[in-house]
Amino acid sequence: MSSRENILAAIKGIAVEQKALPEIPDFGVQGELTETFIQSILGNKGEVLSKVEFESWLPKAGFSKIVSLSFHFPEASTLTLPEDPHELEDLGLAILDGQFGVAENGAIWLEDDNLGLRALPFITEHLVIVLDRKNLVETMHQGYNRIADAVSGFGVFIAGPSKTADIEQSLVIGAHGAKSLRVVLV
Amino acid sequence: MSHPENAAEFLKDQAKSKWHDETLWFVRDKRDRISKTIPEWEELRNLASGIKDNVLANLGSYLEDFERNAQKNGIQVHWAKDGEEHNQIVLDILQKQNCNAIVKSKSILTEECHLNPFLEKHGVDVVDTDLGERIVQLLHQPPSHIVLPAIHLKKGEISALFHEKLLTEKGNEDPAYLTQAARLHLREKFLKAKVALTGVNFGVAETGEFVVCTNEGNADMGVHLADVHIASMGIEKIIPRRKDLGVFLRLLARSATGQPVTNYNSHFRSPSPGKELHIILVDNGRTAQLAREKFKNSLKCIRCGACMNTCPIYRRSGGFSYDSTVPGPIGSILSPGLDMKKHSTLPFASTLCGSCSDVCPVKINIHEQLFEWRQEITKTHGEMGKGLSMKLANGIFKSPLAYKISGNLMRAALKALPDSLIYHPINAWGKGRNLPETPKESFQQWYQKNRS
Amino acid sequence: MKSDSPHIALFIPCYVDQFYPSVGIASLELLEKLGCKVTFPLGQTCCGQPLANAGYKRDTVGTTKHFIELFKDFDYVVAPSGSCVLHVKEHSPVIPGLEKEQAELHHKVFELTEFITDILKIEKLDGRFPHRVGFHSSCHGQRGLRLSSSSELNQTPFNKARRLLENLEGLEWVELNRTDECCGFGGTFAVTEEALSIQMGKDRLDDHLQHHTEILTGGDMSCIMHLQGIATRNKQPLKFLHIAEILNQAIS
Repeated sequence: MSSRENILAAIKGIAVEQKALPEIPDFGVQGELTETFIQSILGNKGEVLSKVEFESWLPKAGFSKIVSLSFHFPEASTLTLPEDPHELEDLGLAILDGQFGVAENGAIWLEDDNLGLRALPFITEHLVIVLDRKNLVETMHQGYNRIADAVSGFGVFIAGPSKTADIEQSLVIGAHGAKSLRVVLV
Repeated sequence: MSHPENAAEFLKDQAKSKWHDETLWFVRDKRDRISKTIPEWEELRNLASGIKDNVLANLGSYLEDFERNAQKNGIQVHWAKDGEEHNQIVLDILQKQNCNAIVKSKSILTEECHLNPFLEKHGVDVVDTDLGERIVQLLHQPPSHIVLPAIHLKKGEISALFHEKLLTEKGNEDPAYLTQAARLHLREKFLKAKVALTGVNFGVAETGEFVVCTNEGNADMGVHLADVHIASMGIEKIIPRRKDLGVFLRLLARSATGQPVTNYNSHFRSPSPGKELHIILVDNGRTAQLAREKFKNSLKCIRCGACMNTCPIYRRSGGFSYDSTVPGPIGSILSPGLDMKKHSTLPFASTLCGSCSDVCPVKINIHEQLFEWRQEITKTHGEMGKGLSMKLANGIFKSPLAYKISGNLMRAALKALPDSLIYHPINAWGKGRNLPETPKESFQQWYQKNRS
Repeated sequence: MKSDSPHIALFIPCYVDQFYPSVGIASLELLEKLGCKVTFPLGQTCCGQPLANAGYKRDTVGTTKHFIELFKDFDYVVAPSGSCVLHVKEHSPVIPGLEKEQAELHHKVFELTEFITDILKIEKLDGRFPHRVGFHSSCHGQRGLRLSSSSELNQTPFNKARRLLENLEGLEWVELNRTDECCGFGGTFAVTEEALSIQMGKDRLDDHLQHHTEILTGGDMSCIMHLQGIATRNKQPLKFLHIAEILNQAIS
């Protein structure tokens, strides 16, 4: 027998009392949605900007290599997306559109269509995610209701910049991925 | 060495042990505070536990669903009955790619399978990319905690290590500086890697996708730059529905580190065009544990590490004192199932205080299983002396007269014996503690005089 | 005392009987003052907990049978120990032939403070105890019998012992850094893991000393015995009393 058959046969041979799969209630959050979301992002060491604030920040930040796949800021790109993500090694800034944001924890959902290349939001030195404030949901439960049966090869909830606390529990931002996350609420 | 010996050793460095206790207490305290901001917290724990109950009752069919859906999405599914087979599958994939290097993100399962030494023996350069894991790897140590792998180290030790291995400034202990040095060192590894391996936090039966959670982004850096992604998944990591992720992701990071969610929660459903995605479903003792009625619930574990942070023993004895891939309370109920002889002292490394069970996001009755493992272990590995004295005690306690005589004798003896004998170092009670003062009569004697 | 009032059996743990008769006396007097008809059934031994926790539950059949036979005919069984009560209810082996009596017994065994608050329904005790009191929440009472809320759980905070103590005139309740951390006694753990046990006890004592506890109390004399043993050895200025002793003194 193959290991597959072995394992499945072993499981089949064990009588485990049947338990029904529980239904999940639609838990919400207390408090105003946008404010809760903003507080969550700040708590995750991200920043939240308005469109105007972002537009004034971007030129001052002085990035030479920018990829923008955002529908809101198509003109911000200084280079076109390569085929090989390795070429993004020295990318300064990626600007992407998020599909929706979760107020309780600041997690923002992106799929292949939003990412161009899956490596993009990780390899870039800094990350901006643009989010329509209409697309805020309360908790992860509404988040997954929203994703529902959508099919994407890859999807990710990003909630903040790359961080670590592996040295004496001291929080350090910028472990391997993006060193900052700015969320532009439009 | 047994747990008591290892613990006593760890406690010798009082300052470090105290720091270890306080640091992990801080993490637990953060977890306590954030869990209290969620009014439905206890309901979420019930739901998570209920979902996992259903998984354990239908594990076979969920695994088959998962496999079918994953294959439909272009994922190559492998099955491994044990660590050895798992390691061989990884090596075969590497050899097929003509590749002798691999980058890994955190996977306790691969620690359990001892993948690193196996691959290294076959000439593969293995790089752990989680910062904590990279630190312990450079020290040739296993992780001492499943979520905080290097929690047993002080920044001075890490600074010295990085000075030697990564040529950082001597004596620079700034965590930001050391992290930046690791970032540069590992980025080079990520950019060169052809094959990347990750663990799996959750596998979804209905979609065939799996989820990997990190804060550092190292899993994603590895797999999206490599041509081949291998995911190692214990068969108990399966959950039925995508919407179940809502429950588990709300619990996982809050329980683990007291943060609302990990910063990267990646859902892998199919490989990028032109790339390969493999998943290895590993048993390695899990079906055996499922067959143990009293212990099967330990398979509900989502590896958050909360029971370690809360455990007053773990905090003061350190992860290595358990000498087990998964240390702490959950390790003490998982490991005896893998090797009862080796891990026979672990279920006794507890006061049965129950904090682990109350903190567990999937409500595993950890302390009750510790009690049950004790009953099993004494059947086959009971020390003779212990068994004998206990039997004797049973003889005394079931007979009131015998109890009375021995009690009177004991009190009389304690009164008569010199302190030097009672507090002799071989007497473990008296080494660091005084005995209570001996009263002139027992309560029973008082009662008979005053109430009968 | 009404003649038809329920008949309560006092269950005194073996080490309390032998080492702390004053705790047995205080428990008895306290219940009597609260109007209870109390008997101490003679011939009590040990509930079997030390054996069961050491992995020899199967060897406690004799003691358990003895326990059931001794206590089965009372209306309630009350003990000044959460740990022994928890053992009787959850960890004693099922005794063939006495299943019914055993199951009934499990519903009428109570730890002293929960008996006062939940069965006697006493909301507050009138009395005076002008001291600064630090409470050690013993794990088996707290997380086993749920005598107080756990810091791990998201629940409305409560503490049955505190409810009784707090109303005593002059009593100052000590707030600790870690309200419900284990003291490290743990039965045989105290000797098999001696180094850890002592360290845990020291850490608990430090918390009390930092917060100027004058009298350290609790519902389980085993934890107190361990803590007192360490404090005495290290000449730390703390007094130790079982909660029954405080309540009994306060309302006299």
